[in-house]
Amino acid sequence: MNTTFKGFRRKDGGIGIRNHVLVLPTVSCVNRVALDVAMKTGAMTFSHPYGCTFDAIENTTTEDTFIGHGLHPNVGAVLVLSLGCETASAQRIADAIAKSGKPVETLVVQLGGGARATGQTGIARVRAFQEALEKEPQDDGDLSELLIGLECGSSDAFSGLTANPAVGEAADIIVGYGGTVILSEITEMVGAEHALWKRGKTEEVQRKLMALIKEYEIELSMTTEDDSGIFISPGNIKGGLTTIEEKSLGCIHKAGTTPVVQVVGYGERPTEKGVVIMDTPGFDISSVTGKVSAGAHMVLFTTGKGTPTGSAVAPVAKISSNNEIFRSLADDIDLSAGDILDGSKTLPQVGLEIVDLVMRIARGSEVKAEYFNVQEFAIPNVSVLRKEVIHRKLAELNDLRFMK
Amino acid sequence: MTSAIQIRNTDTVATAVGDLAQGEMVQITGARTGAEIAVAEAIPRGHKIALRDIAEGEHILKYGEVIGMATSDIAAGQWVHVHNCRGLKARRHE
Repeated sequence: MNTTFKGFRRKDGGIGIRNHVLVLPTVSCVNRVALDVAMKTGAMTFSHPYGCTFDAIENTTTEDTFIGHGLHPNVGAVLVLSLGCETASAQRIADAIAKSGKPVETLVVQLGGGARATGQTGIARVRAFQEALEKEPQDDGDLSELLIGLECGSSDAFSGLTANPAVGEAADIIVGYGGTVILSEITEMVGAEHALWKRGKTEEVQRKLMALIKEYEIELSMTTEDDSGIFISPGNIKGGLTTIEEKSLGCIHKAGTTPVVQVVGYGERPTEKGVVIMDTPGFDISSVTGKVSAGAHMVLFTTGKGTPTGSAVAPVAKISSNNEIFRSLADDIDLSAGDILDGSKTLPQVGLEIVDLVMRIARGSEVKAEYFNVQEFAIPNVSVLRKEVIHRKLAELNDLRFMK
Repeated sequence: MTSAIQIRNTDTVATAVGDLAQGEMVQITGARTGAEIAVAEAIPRGHKIALRDIAEGEHILKYGEVIGMATSDIAAGQWVHVHNCRGLKARRHE
């Protein structure tokens, strides 16, 4: 198989499959200014409700997620757009991106004559970035350099039978060629921890993985009345799921069968190649945002009922579990795994189709979410208080593994 | 013919895509296509059918992984669910 593509080599050594200019609003107050600049120039941006908070952890997570997007290999240059008084530090964000050697400029609306004047300046800056980026030569890239996020959302009864295992077949092929896939959504792993534990490459990976899943299990048992995180519900049983292991395996099978080489925090960049597990919540938008922030070149998103979601800097390809949704949501879904249902295709065949889709996207083919400019962004709601409650509960159980 | 999806070649169960009636043949798809198996009892859509005889105490495999243990002998073609399979993770909704 030809696993090469022409990409955009970055100063930090990474390779991009897109060459975007990113307009990065550091606080929700300047979302509209950023959107105006992006719409008039073809630059990328995303609107969000973040940037001003008294929760220190949430503030750091916000800044780090912005930095991750700025450092993203698909981004060639960044315009940081600040209001001027927000808690997220535009200076820290711009400095961290500039350190990688990437062109960055910062505009502050309160110092730049207001929204319209700053917007005008921003348009000129973006156009200058774009002219410079167009002149840069392309470089040879390979599948082994790619980081691919795996996600599921709006699942149905067939997701765990067609789309997820087909992506799992693709993940095995991608990892076989030296590439990296990121599995996340820890809530979905509760129940399948032993299957994952066995696959941990080192004791360190196994220990981190079990600690992470245990933390989510305790959190789930405190926040849901019916213990639905630990038990499978009567509805699941009626639908045909017999054990919690079976339910969770349907989700984690997206990552195929090869060893888990690393466990990383939210938005943290993997340093190992193979299957990597990231700490993200189950909410698909914040889960995708975390993986993109870690530098995922693209995301393979399986869905049963369909969703339009996309990212500002990484193509998000949607793979449906059935042909009906593929047809009725034709503008949102990129590929269907539905032919597995009647046996007209096997799981390995659809797995190969997904790898082919990955290579086409790497060579510049636009996914539906890119074509329609769908750019969602969310970060997890990490409350300091909630973490404290969890740690107190763990101490009561005399379980001190997670105490720093 | 209705089909049932087998995810990995090592799996001992497949999942029915539609309702299965006793005595009919079901086509096994997913990991491979072509094999057929006789349905021993009615099995609802989304539920599992045993691909071979499974002895009491034996692990039941789906996704190439253990999803539980047989709590009684299960014959090929029979329905596999909470009445003859339990998870290895201790707690379960009763």
